[in-house]
Amino acid sequence: MNVIKNLLKLFLVYFLLITNSLSTNPSEFIDSISNEASGILSSKLSDNEKVTKLKIIAENSVDIDGVGLYTLGKHRKTLTDEQKIEYKKLFKEYFLKSFSGRLVVYNDAKIAVLSEEVKNEKYTIVYSKLIGSADRPEVKIDWRVYTKNPEKPLIRDLVIEGLSLARTQKEEFNSIIENNGGDISALFANLRKFLEK
Amino acid sequence: MNRIITTLIALLLIQLLVVKKTFGAETEVKDCFEKLNRVTFALNMGLDKVIFKPVAKGYRKLPSPIRTGTSNALSNLSNLITIPNNILQGDFGSAANNSARLVINTTLGIAGIFDPANSFGFEKREKEDFGQSLGVMGVGEGCYLVLPVLGPSTVRDTVGSFVAMNGGDMWHNITVRDDEEYVKEFKESDYWASRVTSGVDFRAKNLEAFDAMEKNSVDLYATVRSLYLQDRKRKIKNSQSKTEAMEDGDWDTLEK
Repeated sequence: MNVIKNLLKLFLVYFLLITNSLSTNPSEFIDSISNEASGILSSKLSDNEKVTKLKIIAENSVDIDGVGLYTLGKHRKTLTDEQKIEYKKLFKEYFLKSFSGRLVVYNDAKIAVLSEEVKNEKYTIVYSKLIGSADRPEVKIDWRVYTKNPEKPLIRDLVIEGLSLARTQKEEFNSIIENNGGDISALFANLRKFLEK
Repeated sequence: MNRIITTLIALLLIQLLVVKKTFGAETEVKDCFEKLNRVTFALNMGLDKVIFKPVAKGYRKLPSPIRTGTSNALSNLSNLITIPNNILQGDFGSAANNSARLVINTTLGIAGIFDPANSFGFEKREKEDFGQSLGVMGVGEGCYLVLPVLGPSTVRDTVGSFVAMNGGDMWHNITVRDDEEYVKEFKESDYWASRVTSGVDFRAKNLEAFDAMEKNSVDLYATVRSLYLQDRKRKIKNSQSKTEAMEDGDWDTLEK
């Protein structure tokens, strides 16, 4: 009988641990991934090795498909099903290459999480700062964390000194499409060209 | 001084004439001169590659205290434009704070090289210019413009620069316009030296960021345009909380 009681207790403890870990605090989430990225950037790994590791972090912590759809803006609705599949694949490759390429130049990046603001059930903004160095001033970075699934928060945007990376990306893509008479395949061609570089 | 007062009165009159606040609603990029802008942008990029970037790299090799001192002195000088614009925007608290900073740092801080005002409780605040004041008054940004050498701007911000060059900027008045009513020590070359150094200082602080942006953009022109316009909107809103400047609307349409 004691064995059954002990088993029940163990099960209860296990269940409590599981449910606690299901909900992740957005600030802790950002703190954890920025520490991980900072560790990689300041390590003695080669740039290529750093890029590979940064890509893994980005794949696990950024809502790449969501950002990709946001980035298309009004053109999102004009895509055919085949184009959607092609874009999803191209954007993911583009995002990971571009994102890790932008980060890898910083080898002393230390981020301090300051506070968070719950905007609604879907979004929490985490405020942080990139600590300044002799060559670079302190930089404010706000993270738009998508919390629709509280068990797995995902980053949807980085706002650096008030400048949204997702919005910049959206306007960049929109410019390419508009300058090619609304032809979305021109964007695909540009993304392929970037990936070949 | 008379010129500054005339400019302030002229801008207040504009404020009375303009009733519609437009900056909040603007989401589409208005690039009426895109073809010409792209040509000017290419020219500026060429100049950057040959002149500004190498000079900025050289500047970065100077000892850190020299760069910090230069940056502080330039920032102190910029108060001469910021203070009248604080007043134009009705932000008298910042005008008082920046005036105290200007007096303390110019004297105790030896021409602004050091920042003792900060330790007296007068903390550094955002810079303001006439383009921002026009924006606060409700003047829309107008079309995006790329100016040769000077870089990104808008019709409104270019008008703001003209205001500064025609009496609104006291530093310009006592150097280039030779308004020696109060100060006689400065020459025209001092003004241009401060402008060039300010550009080099900015470029040097952004060497890595700009390299990374250049390397990882699919349309660098559109990226720079987007960043400039977002930055100006944020500055005009004077938003302390960054989320105010982040529009949820676009993200919400994603869910539907």
